[in-house]
Amino acid sequence: MFTAITHSQIYVLDQDEALDFYVGKLGLEVNADVEFGFMRWLTVNVPGHPDRQILLAKPGGPQMSEDTARQVRELLTKGAAGGMLILTTDDCRKTYETLLGLGVEFTDEPTEREYGIDCGMRDPFGNHIRFTQLKQG
Amino acid sequence: MGSAVEDTNRRMLRARDAMDRAYAQPLDVAALARIAHVSSAHFTRTFRATFGETPHRYLQRRRVERAMFLLRETDTSITDICFQVGFGSPGTFSRTFREIVGRSPRAYRRQKGTTGLPTCYTMAWTRPSG
Repeated sequence: MFTAITHSQIYVLDQDEALDFYVGKLGLEVNADVEFGFMRWLTVNVPGHPDRQILLAKPGGPQMSEDTARQVRELLTKGAAGGMLILTTDDCRKTYETLLGLGVEFTDEPTEREYGIDCGMRDPFGNHIRFTQLKQG
Repeated sequence: MGSAVEDTNRRMLRARDAMDRAYAQPLDVAALARIAHVSSAHFTRTFRATFGETPHRYLQRRRVERAMFLLRETDTSITDICFQVGFGSPGTFSRTFREIVGRSPRAYRRQKGTTGLPTCYTMAWTRPSG
């Protein structure tokens, strides 16, 4: 049957602004940026891990009506569109400080959990992103 | 970028995130209104229109969710938990907890059980509904 997850999608309101955030601030790298005319296929990945890509998709026509797209954008900006990423870091507190300095908005400061040190933030559109420094061993 | 309602949603979400971060602090409507770039008078109304409950109610549910976590996962006394999550008195804490959860903190603790899920999921899904 299946052997890997290669692509996951989240919605963004603006793909250029998404690049500023995901690449410029979080330090991910562009995997594909292709303008097909009817849509712009834009994916990013953690540096060195191109096997797992995040598709930064813009809700809109022709795949959905303008009214549906408006509803998706409203849910997204309320933090309720379901977009969620969990990333791994080797130093949660340092990553937090770095991103705080870049103006990233946080929902949770670094906190000790059973599984490691965990942190929560928002992308500029309302998606929920977390990063964890997993416990060793 | 985007329509006025998207812009308003995003600013209200920013203020709600600030409550999530600083839930143990007193509710400072003026500070939250500044984060959301609206007047204090507009803040509560706009927040309610966006999320379906007042900022006060959201913060109460957030605090009760943290209290539920501490009751389940720690041996901290109920009085200490009350102050740790931001309530001003044990009476208010017990009343609010019972109103939202349907039983007292003590009864809730007796039925505790840890979940083993990532904390962010437990936090989001065990938060009592409004």
